[in-house]
Amino acid sequence: MSEAFIRLSDVRKIFRTRKEEFLAVSEVTFDVKAGELVSIVGPSGCGKTTILKVLAGIHSYEGGSVKIGTQANPFDPSKDIGMVFQQPLLLKWRKILQNVLLPAEILGLPRKESLERAHYLLEMVGLQGFEDKYPHELSGGMQQRTAIARALIHDPKLILMDEPFGALDALTRENMNLELLRIWKESRKTILFVTHGIQEAVFLGSRVIVLTCGPARMAVNISIELPYPRTLDMKTHEEFGKFTRHLYKHLGMDAEDPNGISEECRIE
Amino acid sequence: MNDISKQAQRYALIILVHLGVVIIWQLWIQMGDIPDYVMPSPGATLLSLGEEYGWVHNTYVTAMEVFGGYFLAVIAGVGLALIFTWFKVIETLFKPLMISLNMIPKVALGPLFIVWLSYGVGPNIIISFSICFLPILLTMERGLRETDPDLLDLVRVLRASRWQIFTKIQLPGSLPYLFSGMKVAVVLAVAGAIVGEFIASEEGLGYLMLQVQVTLDTAAMFMAVLLITAIGVFLYGLVLLLEYLFIGHAPKEI
Repeated sequence: MSEAFIRLSDVRKIFRTRKEEFLAVSEVTFDVKAGELVSIVGPSGCGKTTILKVLAGIHSYEGGSVKIGTQANPFDPSKDIGMVFQQPLLLKWRKILQNVLLPAEILGLPRKESLERAHYLLEMVGLQGFEDKYPHELSGGMQQRTAIARALIHDPKLILMDEPFGALDALTRENMNLELLRIWKESRKTILFVTHGIQEAVFLGSRVIVLTCGPARMAVNISIELPYPRTLDMKTHEEFGKFTRHLYKHLGMDAEDPNGISEECRIE
Repeated sequence: MNDISKQAQRYALIILVHLGVVIIWQLWIQMGDIPDYVMPSPGATLLSLGEEYGWVHNTYVTAMEVFGGYFLAVIAGVGLALIFTWFKVIETLFKPLMISLNMIPKVALGPLFIVWLSYGVGPNIIISFSICFLPILLTMERGLRETDPDLLDLVRVLRASRWQIFTKIQLPGSLPYLFSGMKVAVVLAVAGAIVGEFIASEEGLGYLMLQVQVTLDTAAMFMAVLLITAIGVFLYGLVLLLEYLFIGHAPKEI
């Protein structure tokens, strides 16, 4: 077993407002190996995003430790993170190609190579021919593909995805899931994928980390033993159902009760 | 090709509407039998250009006052907005003061400006500037502040410097706001210059209007108003052109 690329142990995060303190994340511990695609699932407003932002280095944390990178596989926090948010967050005054190039500009990467890579990535996400369009001329799914290409432009080792397909319609979302698996296989990146979609979490991840509601606490860390490449057909399999049922249970929802949600952990 | 013919249609329509107003004006004069000194006809108004009123010089003077005041206001408004966004302390100290100062009716300050600065083109530029400066400051500042916090997170992940965040995210994002403020300011700049000329000056279209009022040359007064309007329209057109050059491709939201 190889050394963990990401190691979170007992991470705590407290938000302070003027009047009160609010414990957003408590005792979160997990490892991620290099090249793994791990889903993080949990109810809304539950600190999933906070964990990603702690990993991205844009949130501080109060307790525990976060370690990314190994001796053999070093990690530079300024260059090795690509982030995809729920909204595409494209700059509306820049053309698609220029949007993809933004991280390269900020990091001061050589122009010529970045340009070549941008074209390559746009082709990979199926957007060749759209380089000179403006974001508002593209559909939501295409905008999110642009955001994925942008997250990959500086060839980061870690991709953090915060409910990237949450704003898309169900069919586009399934398509994007397949796309993501293909991109993951081609690029061999380590991906942390936050979602509140249980099916999506199981379909994508080689593991699923379940967080429970406020503060975010680890409920369970499940290996999804379904082979890659995964197909939509797998969603109808008995195995797939077994994993989703398992997740429902850990989220405090009873899969066999028509009322579904148990009282102690009502999702808000 | 289609786009060009659409544009041509649009412009043709604009010209037609304006011509329509002139025709209605002419008809109204003829049917209503209105005396010339109350309401001159379009023809009489145009003919007044033949009088020795120094039209070219006076138009030039007023235009310089409007453009000068406006240009200063854009520079100062944008500059101060940047300073306010960068240094919170300065904003806390001076922004309320700016708002109070803006509440002073600048027209009332006109006579004071004359006392302090004597009269002429310079003081009129200052009056014009003082009236149109605040909308530019406020819209620009708003634009700089409206940046989506998620967008800031996006670049913070890459450890972008403050300067990079400013030039790549905040400044381009604020331009639509700036241009809407600049459009409002055009009208104010023109009004400011004319007010200055009304109070005290010896040249400019506002001054000319007061001169010809004495002789009841209403046609010349109309002509002066038309020329003042033309100066405003020209400036507005310049702002539209700049807007098109900078953010012409962006979806129209504001």
